[in-house]
Amino acid sequence: MTKPSLRGRLRRGRAAVIAIPTLWLLVFFMLPFLVVMKISVSEMDGATFQDLVRLQDGSIAFNLKFANYLLLVQDDLYFSTYLSSLKYAAVTTVACLFIGYPFAYFMARARPTVQPALLMLVMLPFWTSFLLRVYAWKGLLTENGWAANAIDALGLDHVLAAVGLIPAPGQLMNTPFSLVLGMTYTYLPFMILPLYSNLSKMDLRLLEAAADLGATAWVAFWTVTVPLSRAGIIAGSMLVFIPCVGEYVIPELLGGPQTQMIGRTLWDEFFSNNDWPMACAVTVAMVLLIIVPLAVFSRYQAESTERRP
Amino acid sequence: MSTRARRGGQNLTRWFGRGWLGAGYLFLYIPIVALVLYSFNDSSVPNVWQGFTVKWYRALASDRELLDGLWLSLKIAFVTATSSVVLGTLAAFALVKYRRFGGRTLFAGMVAAPLVMPEVIIGLSLLLMLVSVQRALGFPERGMVTIWLGHLLLGMAYATVVVQARLQTLNAQLEEAAMDLGARPWEVFHLVTLPMIAQALLSAWLLTFTLSLDDVVLSAFLSGPGATTMPLVIFSRARLGLNPSVNAVATLIVLAVSIGVVVASWLIARQERQRALDIAAAARPT
Repeated sequence: MTKPSLRGRLRRGRAAVIAIPTLWLLVFFMLPFLVVMKISVSEMDGATFQDLVRLQDGSIAFNLKFANYLLLVQDDLYFSTYLSSLKYAAVTTVACLFIGYPFAYFMARARPTVQPALLMLVMLPFWTSFLLRVYAWKGLLTENGWAANAIDALGLDHVLAAVGLIPAPGQLMNTPFSLVLGMTYTYLPFMILPLYSNLSKMDLRLLEAAADLGATAWVAFWTVTVPLSRAGIIAGSMLVFIPCVGEYVIPELLGGPQTQMIGRTLWDEFFSNNDWPMACAVTVAMVLLIIVPLAVFSRYQAESTERRP
Repeated sequence: MSTRARRGGQNLTRWFGRGWLGAGYLFLYIPIVALVLYSFNDSSVPNVWQGFTVKWYRALASDRELLDGLWLSLKIAFVTATSSVVLGTLAAFALVKYRRFGGRTLFAGMVAAPLVMPEVIIGLSLLLMLVSVQRALGFPERGMVTIWLGHLLLGMAYATVVVQARLQTLNAQLEEAAMDLGARPWEVFHLVTLPMIAQALLSAWLLTFTLSLDDVVLSAFLSGPGATTMPLVIFSRARLGLNPSVNAVATLIVLAVSIGVVVASWLIARQERQRALDIAAAARPT
């Protein structure tokens, strides 16, 4: 075993390696939430906030204001905005899974020599501005844009209108359709990458075993491959769903009057209405909305770090 | 099932797979291609092709607002990427090397959360805390430093994931061997560990650099007067409608990224070849 002096040095190094990022995250990630929670129940006093706890004539007075939360619960507008944020995030997640699962599957089953190139091609759009790629859809979906023309030529706009994703055939921009398309486009790689890394590690002998036992390829896919890729499906879905709930840029550029999203509401409360306590209450409510998916995600992350290769 | 039927099924699956991949890549790349093509369009109506021009690029050269924004964004991205890699590497070490310590679950959660946490939440809460601090202490002023703090939070999470993935595949015996041979912990790190994770550190740096260069939401919350980054300029123009100058910027970014990727893959390929040669040389009996 090592000498005590070395062990002491290792222990000190270990303490520093853990303490520095921990302190950083506590101060710049956790503390801000406490500030938000405090402001959400504070009374605005001109430009500053009144203290929550005050000493008044020798007794402690609490000064908490829950009016913002009451408004959140009572005002239909907020409530329906929360619901529609969840709805669009869920639809986007399903769309990403539908496109991304077969995509990742065929990537993982492609010849090993081409797989790095296929992977690179999925990652590459990450390196070009996300903002500009979303903006590009604006041009593609407005009247006479490439995508708009292709969709109209195929008659798909009638299908979309029948499903209710667009108000009328030929009208694609600023609709639920353009919003979901933009979010699916942006978050698709976040679905593909964890699925690919999961599917490419799968032991293919299991499929051979299934075939030997008489399962058709289709049956083996549903009873062996899909259950084994559960962790990838969960990780990908959380990586898409959670940020979509609070998405701001895509609804602002591609969404319309029909597509209220909570991220936009928060932004407007803060920047347009300058109502900081209300913006904070909206934020706290949004955190509550995503806390369960967030817990699922961080448990998955933790599990994947425990796993030894 | 007969062999012929099974082979027919495999063929069908193969072609279906190729079609699916092709359509997927088309979906991913169409917007990028469209941006590049329309940046050469000689028409102020963005969707009607009117012939080839480079006038939007010429206009870009005298666009002070955009150029100032670009310079600020580059500075912030450089500082963000460097600091993110340092903090991310520390966090990745804590997670991979030290499997048990008090508060590890909380720590892992805090490291991973910014990956998925909606940016409006991070931006608003960080801003409000910084405002409170500023009221109490008189600093920091809203601007470059506050934007950097926000980007660092996001960049650190991404850097941690990248470095962590590399550390997990690392052969810990090499480090143990170095220690047995008498290397001090710091020497083990920079003589053994660092060269092995260098490639991951580089890709983490590049990833966080581009993340920072691209960020709208955090910058919007955390910027102050006079600190308008390039994405904020682009976003305010894109909000108003289609704008040919934005297409030209996009094309230049695509060009820069393509050059960067080609150079990086060339360097990596060369390094791999060198390593293969080294291994072959080491294995040769003398």
